[in-house]
Amino acid sequence: MTAIATGPHHLQLTREGQLRHFLTLDGLGRELLTDILDTADSFIEVGERTIKKVPLLRGRTVVNLFFESSTRTRSTFELAAKRLSADVLNLDISTSATSKGESLADTLYNLEAMASDMFVVRHAQSGAPHFIAESVTPKVAIINAGDGRHAHPTQAMLDMLTIRQHKKTFAGLKVAIVGDVLHSRVARSQIRALNELGVAEVRVIAPGTLLPRDVEALGCTVEYDMLRGMKDLDVVIMLRLQKERMEGALLPSEGEFYRLYGLDRAKLALAKPDCIVMHPGPINRGVEIESAVADGPQSVILNQVTNGIAIRMAVMSMAMGGQLAERQQALNDMAKQEVRL
Amino acid sequence: MKLSSRPPAGSVKIIGGQLYRGATATSAGALEANPGLLIKNGRIAAVGPDALAQAADETLMAENCIVSPGFLDLCCNLREPGSSQKGNMSSETRAAAHGGFTSVCAAPDTSPVNDSGAVTNLIRDIAASRALVRVLPIGAVTRGLEGELLSDMAGLQKAGCVALGNASQGLRNARVLRCCMSYAQTFGLTLMFSPENQALAADGYAHDGLVTTRLGLLGIPEVAETTAVMEMILLAQETGVRLHLSQLSCARSVDMLAEARQRGIQVTADVAMHQLAFTEDALSGFDSRFHVRPPLRSERDRQALVAGVRDGVIDAIVSQHQPHESAAKQAPLAASEPGLSSIEVVLSLGLERVAANELSLPQLLRALTAGPAAVLGQSAASNADLSAGAVADLCIFNPDQHWRPGPGTLVSAGGNGPVLERSMPGVVHYTLVAGHKAWPSLLP
Repeated sequence: MTAIATGPHHLQLTREGQLRHFLTLDGLGRELLTDILDTADSFIEVGERTIKKVPLLRGRTVVNLFFESSTRTRSTFELAAKRLSADVLNLDISTSATSKGESLADTLYNLEAMASDMFVVRHAQSGAPHFIAESVTPKVAIINAGDGRHAHPTQAMLDMLTIRQHKKTFAGLKVAIVGDVLHSRVARSQIRALNELGVAEVRVIAPGTLLPRDVEALGCTVEYDMLRGMKDLDVVIMLRLQKERMEGALLPSEGEFYRLYGLDRAKLALAKPDCIVMHPGPINRGVEIESAVADGPQSVILNQVTNGIAIRMAVMSMAMGGQLAERQQALNDMAKQEVRL
Repeated sequence: MKLSSRPPAGSVKIIGGQLYRGATATSAGALEANPGLLIKNGRIAAVGPDALAQAADETLMAENCIVSPGFLDLCCNLREPGSSQKGNMSSETRAAAHGGFTSVCAAPDTSPVNDSGAVTNLIRDIAASRALVRVLPIGAVTRGLEGELLSDMAGLQKAGCVALGNASQGLRNARVLRCCMSYAQTFGLTLMFSPENQALAADGYAHDGLVTTRLGLLGIPEVAETTAVMEMILLAQETGVRLHLSQLSCARSVDMLAEARQRGIQVTADVAMHQLAFTEDALSGFDSRFHVRPPLRSERDRQALVAGVRDGVIDAIVSQHQPHESAAKQAPLAASEPGLSSIEVVLSLGLERVAANELSLPQLLRALTAGPAAVLGQSAASNADLSAGAVADLCIFNPDQHWRPGPGTLVSAGGNGPVLERSMPGVVHYTLVAGHKAWPSLLP
């Protein structure tokens, strides 16, 4: 047993507590999260070999379903699937079926009929992967590659892997997440993971317009003043700021945001000397982070990208394992029933 | 068979059970043993020993049942004309009859929009030929429900609209709202508005609270409703219009409503039954069935709304029935259409509140009968007393008997019921409209 399923999130676990979809970190316990990190660790070595392949997903078909464009996340998922020896199909749905009026459900029924084993889904609407896993294609393993403002669980896990590599343990760590928390699926997943893995404090640093209501309920403290918020930090995670936020009257200007919440050398100097700097990318230099910091010695931003492949290999292989175990279980159950008949 | 051209109903005698009667705007009424009730020519002919003594064409046994005035729904979407994939006059009035309703107000957001006497007449014609219960059209207060230009209010009234509203669509600004009120007041019309400040609601579709924060849903803040409630109350006071606030969802709105009434402002209100039964937690698994507008809010809001019904501050409970074809809900939450197909379980959900000691049975029934009738003033046939001479619009139900709402038992064309395959209290045995059996009814 790795985790106790709670509420609607049993959706992503088998009866034995194995992962069969990967939709959100909600409902996944520390043991399972640690399993994912350990499995990813073992895949890092694969990326360093000359032949970067393992046969875990040989003969399986993985479909990358990106309803929202993305370069980095899609390519790391593609590489991860290929290193696991899967057949990979990349579909950029935002410009194909749905523009012809086909519903999301119909698109998926068609792909399922092509005997796909796994869908990697990115969608602009929160809960879209849940909807697919629950109501559309329950026999295909669904991996959430980012849904609306809800969750980006592989990103959060690759961040955890990066933190563990640099800090060895989560106990006692003080971590800040800075910037547009309101619109960020990454921040929601990170806050959840950091709490489950047992850090000492998660702080969110942002102006009131970029924070969701009652954000403390997610398991964090709120700090409006970044100069105060940087104190004693072991890890600072910067979030990307979309230009649209100025038009939406959430912020006056990029300049004011950078002055108050941009990570420059002066602000970073207020944290612990070995504080690492993270960013889920893509970065806006001079908007949320100074170039000298992004490229500086404390930055681990490119480690995050490398770890992204290992984490995605781990999650894909584990979910496929759970999905196959479930199919086998169903066959066994059927066989038993036949014997009884 | 046309309601208007049916042969007069035969005489019916109802024996046993209890009568629910005597509710007024200020009293919840009471239950008393049924001494026998006789219906002749669509009206109650006698109550008491004389009723028992007389012969009747049919006798309905009501043991363990409550005989109540038929329910009146102030907010119902019948989907006709215009949206036959979701429902139609026959299917949805049959669902209403199954739910114990004898009169339903038809929301104006049909296609075409009910913004002229001609459309009202069309709706009345369709209802006359195919409706199983009384259909009371609500007219659109602005042309096309676009929130910009006034509709032909006097024409709508003349054609039979019992009130005007904007079907949860916004008005362009406060000036248009003020003009609507001032013009409607000229004709003594009641205006029904679902209060929502559209700029504050923006693209939201769920209560801005803990669940939206956790799931990353787009929230509709409480102030989107409360600022609109305050604006509407102030303008109603100034213009003197009869204002009805439809489908409140916030605790603070109930407070403002009570205060406005104390100050003598003519304002009434209703709440949808699902707001009394569910909270934001219903969305915690992204369940698109519970995507409703206004959104399900916090437990504190739910309790305040129940208290509002208990105290009579909220006059009526409505179904806000919105049947949908399955594709409308087969989508991620944000892309699904809002609304529940709810009219058949309103009574059962209410009886669950009674079982939870949140409402008394008379308080629940008042909000389904005399409460909404008072909102419509003269327009509704009042038979709250069930006394001789009153129209025989009745609902006879067993509050203790259980049933399972589901595809086999629900008759609405919409499959988007809030409760499916769970045992619920409250089975409607008979719904009588002018003495005719609307439920149980044969399929058309």
